Amino acid sequence: MAAEALAELGAVPWRKPTDARFLRRYARIWLGWTVAYTVPFLAAVVVLMALEPLAFPVALASLAHAWIIPELYAFRGASVVRPKGPRNERSEPVAQGLLGDLLGHDARELQRRTGLALERGRMGVWLVGEAGALLLTPGRSRVHCFCVRTTDRELPPSDRIAHLLLALRSDEQGFATVANHAFCGARWRVRRRLPVAMRPALDAARATAS
Amino acid sequence: MSKLIRMDASGHSTLAEWTSDDTTAFDDAVREFRTALDEGCIGVLDQGAGQAEQIRELPRDAELVIMRRPIAGG
Repeated sequence: MAAEALAELGAVPWRKPTDARFLRRYARIWLGWTVAYTVPFLAAVVVLMALEPLAFPVALASLAHAWIIPELYAFRGASVVRPKGPRNERSEPVAQGLLGDLLGHDARELQRRTGLALERGRMGVWLVGEAGALLLTPGRSRVHCFCVRTTDRELPPSDRIAHLLLALRSDEQGFATVANHAFCGARWRVRRRLPVAMRPALDAARATAS
Repeated sequence: MSKLIRMDASGHSTLAEWTSDDTTAFDDAVREFRTALDEGCIGVLDQGAGQAEQIRELPRDAELVIMRRPIAGG
């Protein structure tokens, strides 16, 4: 019997299912978009230097734009898994215990070190945070960044992760459909914009995905 | 011992506990389960190994049923 679709899909009836094909197309769109806004700045550098070497400062500013704009997008993508909301220090140990019960040994240790829960799915390897998730699709070096959260903002951080983890396990495609797709880009670029403590989780996801 | 819990601001609260041969306790658990559903919670039976199932009826033989709040795109 097929698993029941995620209950929350009823809130977004207009969205097409986010499946592997959708993700490939989305990744191509982001790649094309990145090229489209980067190449003109790089072309300007070449033209300026060819026409007038004294325009070096302007060319340098153009080069900076070509670098900084993709970094800003990557920052937005990486921000989906940054810790957000109340920390609820008093109830967090209880929530941490439940989340630990849901995770296997290695994933539990990784989550405690990095704040991200690693979950292998059919679409790839997920890293689930308090208010978002990263997806590494198999065989590709790109990361999809999803903004998704529980509707109860008073929950302790580990309960917020557990909510997303249970929804993901119930219906992976439904989870990806309900979530807002914030960014897709190169793994190395997203990694640079993650908090340092979270980077080992992305490395572990990469090792799991390959 | 089976357990019905709800994730909340305290971490989680135990709504009911029952054993498969204790009909009264199970009926109480069913009532709590339905009340939580009516309040907008979603029942989930975690099956381990990356699998979970949304449920609308409380299984008598489930070890742990978790009530969660809905999720939404951020």
